[in-house]
Amino acid sequence: MAAEPTPAERAVITRSIPESETVEVLGRVVHGGHDARQQRHLLLPALAAVQSEIGWVSPGALNEICRRLLVPPAEAYGVATFYALISIEERPPLVAHVCDDIACRQSGGNEILSALGDRLDVITSPCLGQCDQCPVVLMQRAGQDDFVITAATSADVAAALNGAESATTPSHVEGGRLLKRVGQVDPGSLAQYRREGGYQALARAFELGAAAVIEEVKMSGLMGRGGAAFPTGIKWEAVAREPAPRYLVCNADESEPGTFKDRVLMEGDPFSVLESMTIAGFATGSSRGYIYIRGEYPLAFHRLETAIAACQANGLLGGDILGSGFDFDIEIRKGQGAYICGEETALFNSIEGFRGEPRQKPPFPVQVGLFGRPTAINNVETLANVPLIVLEGGAAFGAIGTPDSTGTRLFCLSGDVVRPGVYEVASGVTLRNVIDLAGGIEGDLTSILLGGAAGSFIGPEHLDLRLTFEDARAAGVSLGSGVIMVFNSTRDMKDLVRRVARFFRDESCGQCVPCRVGTARVEEAVARANGSIEASLIDELDRAMKDASICGLGHTAAAVVRSAIGLGVLGESR
Amino acid sequence: MIDITIDGEVVQVVSGSTLLDACRLIGKDQPTLCYLETLSPVNVCRVCVVELEGSRTLVPSCSRMAESGMVVQTDSERVRHSRKVVLEFLASSVDLSLAGSEVRDWLDQYEARPDRFGPRAAPTGDRDRRHAGHHHRTTGSVAETVQQSIKIDNPLYVRDYSRCILCYKCVEACGEDAQNTFAIAVAGRGFDARISTEFDVALPESACVYCGNCIGVCPTGALMFRSEHELRQAEMWEEERQTVTRTICSYCGVGCNLDLHVQDNRIEKVTSPQDHDVTSGHLCIKGRFGYEYVQELGDLATTPIDEVLARARQH
Ligand SMILES: Cc1cc2nc3c(=O)[nH]c(=O)nc-3n(C[C@H](O)[C@H](O)[C@H](O)COP(=O)(O)O)c2cc1C
Ligand code: SF4
Ligand code: SF4
Ligand code: SF4
Ligand code: FES
Ligand code: FES
Repeated sequence: MAAEPTPAERAVITRSIPESETVEVLGRVVHGGHDARQQRHLLLPALAAVQSEIGWVSPGALNEICRRLLVPPAEAYGVATFYALISIEERPPLVAHVCDDIACRQSGGNEILSALGDRLDVITSPCLGQCDQCPVVLMQRAGQDDFVITAATSADVAAALNGAESATTPSHVEGGRLLKRVGQVDPGSLAQYRREGGYQALARAFELGAAAVIEEVKMSGLMGRGGAAFPTGIKWEAVAREPAPRYLVCNADESEPGTFKDRVLMEGDPFSVLESMTIAGFATGSSRGYIYIRGEYPLAFHRLETAIAACQANGLLGGDILGSGFDFDIEIRKGQGAYICGEETALFNSIEGFRGEPRQKPPFPVQVGLFGRPTAINNVETLANVPLIVLEGGAAFGAIGTPDSTGTRLFCLSGDVVRPGVYEVASGVTLRNVIDLAGGIEGDLTSILLGGAAGSFIGPEHLDLRLTFEDARAAGVSLGSGVIMVFNSTRDMKDLVRRVARFFRDESCGQCVPCRVGTARVEEAVARANGSIEASLIDELDRAMKDASICGLGHTAAAVVRSAIGLGVLGESR
Repeated sequence: MIDITIDGEVVQVVSGSTLLDACRLIGKDQPTLCYLETLSPVNVCRVCVVELEGSRTLVPSCSRMAESGMVVQTDSERVRHSRKVVLEFLASSVDLSLAGSEVRDWLDQYEARPDRFGPRAAPTGDRDRRHAGHHHRTTGSVAETVQQSIKIDNPLYVRDYSRCILCYKCVEACGEDAQNTFAIAVAGRGFDARISTEFDVALPESACVYCGNCIGVCPTGALMFRSEHELRQAEMWEEERQTVTRTICSYCGVGCNLDLHVQDNRIEKVTSPQDHDVTSGHLCIKGRFGYEYVQELGDLATTPIDEVLARARQH
């Protein structure tokens, strides 16, 4: 394919691929001293830069990126077409991504879509991670920063499509430990972060030494908050045992519908994310950390970028941090609209410049992770607990909550509650307690989506469920990423279940047959439910998808529909 | 050596063996679609899954390494169920009519009923332009398929992606595992994922060098010699009447084995044996497609020998 880039495209690409990464040899561009594979990781950032500056990725731009990075055009095309935020067709420079996912669609999202009508610059979007302020719209703008409109009206969106800007309102938060500084400090000020106790934990970690930090984390009983509830200390110990180089990855992809806690942490307390990562890097003996953040979080991205620069300028990232002799730096990578890239191995492939397709495990990331190296990957909230553990000691941390679910947890309250927002509570309080914190239910409760789309719909009889891993397991449900989305009797539940089925059909990476075709068949079965639902068919599909799919997306995609069938919202089972 | 137990039988395998290797050692071959000895495993089709004691999910036998003490079931209810559903998923969404006869045997063996998802949807013309994360709404009244029109954009071979199960074999053969050309890759996402050149350009505009290695590995007939395709269209493709002659490619000194598939005295396709040391089944354009000159020389029985020699000199 012979297309050439425009001068503007060429300029963006030149800026996005650092000079040091390429040298001209006999008219061919090759990587300075390394082989071609080693610069492949620049592919997604380069595609994203062109998308962001020009508004779409043309054949000429794709060719130019491929020439510079020595990536075959067919492969680069395969990568570009994997992501929802990248367009390979020319598009208007301002595009509104209107959330029509479960929280927004019946709270104004669908109305915006029908008010604006069918136009090329208005696109539907899966959950944008601000479900506390429905409806939500992401403005993707060529050559300008993207921004998010919360509690949007169709007039707001129409104005934004004409070039108006609007500020994002912060989420309502309540909590004393992880959320202590959120909304209280200037997220741009390193000095203020340090005055509020920031970087004491890192200094303490250096005093303790890496092995002792891991011991404290093990003793704390901290379990991953990204959904899989794996013990963090055990993960770190396994990585530290493997040969260097090792990597530390902060999973900030947060695309599970209904989840917005990580965004709140990153927007409100970005330095604590960096300090936590630095401690984790030190404990695991990692030389480099990556934050992989979803592309729909422009404000959080901006705050983290600013915070990284401040830390680098003040000796808190880079060589010999705080005189400890420990070298560590952090790079941010932006996702481009793919829920599956939150799955840890898909995330690695995405950073490496490949399609975000999960890898078959084993081998596990602790042995073969990012760039094939031992990697500790943790959720933002998981990491945010680490400074607390280092400062107060693992035993004291472990005394909070229940013996099997230690510490506090962030819950994302949305839907029909009086005050949606992020609520931090000690593990062990009941679902009812948390909903009461949010001011209680508006209207008559019919069901709750617990844990996100990868979780389940549950009925009012579960209101006294204690929010711990063990109670959830015993009840056959999952806390997932802390989603508590409440629906009252005015909601069309069938419509919501159908949206969840559509979500999985959209977000499957398409690699393995049970999930690629299974998500389509489940959506079809839900769509044709009319008074009754083929429950036994869905049971059969669910079993095969759980057993034979490669990753967690396929494993859980049909389960949420089954949970809705159990509540009777799809009609009679047959 | 490693000891594992398969369906109650203890098997000894060398370390580095997969569960599939172990199964084959005791004569229990498993169904496979995306696995090929000569390609690195992508483990995506999932028809080869087996039950491994202690594992929450089933595991792909084609890529899971045997470890000492593993206990494996290849015909448990769970295994049979998953294989049945996976085969139903494929048969309900892809045209498998030209896939190997073993695929039809498996459909029978696992009692697959692909038609239970409803009537097949009509073909669509937009599969190459679908945007990730934005599929058409469905009413559920028909079962979506990958049915689309065939791509005929060069004189040598055709691509009929209505038959594509997305096994990744062609991509691997074109890329790292054999040809190193990378003319095709997987594009799109989810059910809309597809094999494509960059921007879906026609093959002559792509990096393709017509080695035909993708055709050689395709298990479903999605990739096919144009000659074979045209004979099939004319209902004149008759495998029973064909002869297969093994010869050595005369173009260079590498010594690739060629199998010439001949019908009515014409070479209709060229393959190479997968177990051949030199080729592992892979060839280049000359061996794969460079046979026309042989036919242009004319039939030795009826053409005067001077004319045959004259034609040969022109090549
Ligand atoms: C489809 C899918 C999406 C996921 N998305 C996320 C995500 O957005 N954020 C996250 O932290 N973990 C996500 N996970 C879980 C990660 O794979 C991984 O378990 C987690 O990052 C580990 O961190 P933790 O131990 O701190 O929870 C996802 C998993 C699956 C299967
Ligand atoms: S289960 Fe779905 S998302 Fe996961 S690898 Fe398979 S196709 Fe991709
Ligand atoms: S013919 Fe060869 S070069 Fe062309 S797509 Fe097939 S494998 Fe690749
Ligand atoms: S074209 Fe053939 S070889 Fe390629 S992915 Fe499809 S079925 Fe597999
Ligand atoms: S932001 Fe719309 S559903 Fe979450
Ligand atoms: S043959 Fe094992 S997954 Fe395809």
